[in-house]
Amino acid sequence: MAFAAFSAGTTAPEAAPRRKSPIALLLLLPGILYLVLFFLAPLVSLLLTSFQAPSGFGDVGQYGYAFRWENYVEVIAAYWPHIMRSFGYALIATILALVFSYPLAYFIGVKARNWPLLQSLLLVLVIAPFFISFLLRTLAWKQLLSDESFVITSLKALSLLAPDAHFTGTPFAVIFGLTYNFIPFMTLPLYTTLERLDLRFLEAGSDLYAHPFDVFRKITIPLSMPGIVAGTLLTFIPAAGDYINASRDFLGGPDTQMIGNVIEANFLVLQNYPAAAALSIILMSVILVIVSVYVKRAGTEELL
Amino acid sequence: MNSGVFASTGADLELRGIQKRFPGFTAIEHLDLKIPAGSFFALLGPSGCGKTTTLRLVAGLEEPTSGRILIGGTDVTNQKSFQRPVNTVFQSYALFPHMTVLENVAFGLRRRRIGDPVAKAHEALRLVELDHLASRRPQQLSGGQQQRVALARAIVNRPALLLLDEPLGALDLKLRRQMQLELKTIQEEVGLTFLHVTHDQEEAMTMADTVAVMNKGRIEQMGAPEELYELPRTAFVANFLGQSNLFTGPVVGSTSEAISVDVAGQKVVVPTARAHRHTGEVTIGVRPEKLSLHLTEPVDDVARNVMGPGRVLDVSFSGVSTQYIVEVPGIGNLIVFAQNVAFGPVTHEGSEVWMSWNIEHGFGLEDDASAEPRFEADDTTRSIATQKRSSLLTELEGA
Repeated sequence: MAFAAFSAGTTAPEAAPRRKSPIALLLLLPGILYLVLFFLAPLVSLLLTSFQAPSGFGDVGQYGYAFRWENYVEVIAAYWPHIMRSFGYALIATILALVFSYPLAYFIGVKARNWPLLQSLLLVLVIAPFFISFLLRTLAWKQLLSDESFVITSLKALSLLAPDAHFTGTPFAVIFGLTYNFIPFMTLPLYTTLERLDLRFLEAGSDLYAHPFDVFRKITIPLSMPGIVAGTLLTFIPAAGDYINASRDFLGGPDTQMIGNVIEANFLVLQNYPAAAALSIILMSVILVIVSVYVKRAGTEELL
Repeated sequence: MNSGVFASTGADLELRGIQKRFPGFTAIEHLDLKIPAGSFFALLGPSGCGKTTTLRLVAGLEEPTSGRILIGGTDVTNQKSFQRPVNTVFQSYALFPHMTVLENVAFGLRRRRIGDPVAKAHEALRLVELDHLASRRPQQLSGGQQQRVALARAIVNRPALLLLDEPLGALDLKLRRQMQLELKTIQEEVGLTFLHVTHDQEEAMTMADTVAVMNKGRIEQMGAPEELYELPRTAFVANFLGQSNLFTGPVVGSTSEAISVDVAGQKVVVPTARAHRHTGEVTIGVRPEKLSLHLTEPVDDVARNVMGPGRVLDVSFSGVSTQYIVEVPGIGNLIVFAQNVAFGPVTHEGSEVWMSWNIEHGFGLEDDASAEPRFEADDTTRSIATQKRSSLLTELEGA
């Protein structure tokens, strides 16, 4: 049939022609300089620090340049529970944030489309917590959830909580804090993707015998994948390195220390700079590996 | 519907007393429609006439305010869209961008758990001659190819009823003509019932067995394309489906054979059988290509109506034919299409001409002549201004 005439010789759209222009390089220069100065140089310095060895006289905080790779073995041996805990907490918090944010973002981005005012109002409500400092908000939660607080005493009075139970200082409190603090980072990218979701695809799915649940699973979720990936990364990465929520001064306790707390302690209290640097490098590398595998599997390489 | 089983043949569609109201306006006034199984049915109308709403109601994407929808005798009014044995080729195609062409086509089969979806999808892609692009993403295809994938994705499910929502709208003219023929061929091959919605009268006439002309939420006239063209019932149909010369005047004489109408002093005869109103003020018409142009006053002939003299206002040559606009005093402008059997136009602007046509070619409309005596082409400056004015007036009344 004559169809062949139209299909023959059709190729995929070609990439835009690449030209090397001196102006483009010139415009890139400030950015490159900035990155070299404030990202590359500190990174190299951190890497060098992580291999430093204590200087001869054993003064606290005095280290000399060396190639002491044993630093890494030592910190992993000493702090592997903290490392595991960090990624475990971050993972749970990310999943919880996704579970809470997705319906919220779907409501704002899809259901409220015909009411722009409601949409804006809800978005402001999502962002509103940012107007108060992160530290203050976390401290406020510590007050709200402390053993003498109204919430906890009420729960105990109703026998929903054992009389000797605590909330602050437990893993629940830390995960709660992480989830709460990073929810906007999950909601906003999800909202941006869902806001642009073409509902005609959902109608087409329904027209092709897909049950509403299948439409959600096979069409809505894959089409909102860029938002899910962006949101989970924006939540997981800072949550894994967070040291506020897990800190004893905030929602954490002695058994909830995360890698961020250990790094903080090594840098600021113990002045064991090589150990802190080695932990930072480990944290960064693990995040990089997890993120690359995740993005690859999610099929949204364009985000990397 | 049963999962895992194909519809054996197309089913008939019946709409009973359908009404659809949206907040603020009524999309469909009252619609009764029966489409026989295996036919190619076109719903034709201008934008906003309710034809797409009708399609969405049948697909289950909208719920009717009142009325019933029956497919193959089964009441599906309360079924959700995924439960109905209906598939749609959407105007935007709505191909899933995150799936390959093959996965798009197999989607419906997988949802219904039909055996061997991949082989069946390949077969459907072969039917539209796109099997070699099965592993591409829809974005990598041209508009015409996407349209064919959308068609394959719908017909692979062998729906009892296939809905086409202006699927050719985004294609260029040449490809559109070709796809019209292909669609018609595929419809005959697979024997499904097609319901095609379009605003392109030529598309509707070339493809469909039956055309229903829709206007303002109701069907104005329904029938075979030739029937609608040769014997339009309303001024809207007479002008939406091709062009027409319409005249109004009182009936001055009538026999069982024919009625004569006085049109601004000139007697025009229309066969009684082709006229819907036989007394009082009537609107009659004739198609522009049925008119013959005369440079001298033609001799009286009982078989022909003569009108004139008039003055040629405009001559536009379009290759196959020439369009003349002739102003007749007291009547208005008449359009004449003349085949270019000689070389070029036979007359020029400003010359005096007469027109005649076989009385068998005239038709009488059902419309109340006083309500809508003439249907202005809606693309002239004056009619746009009139429309704006009337819409503003209704808006002011509403406020």
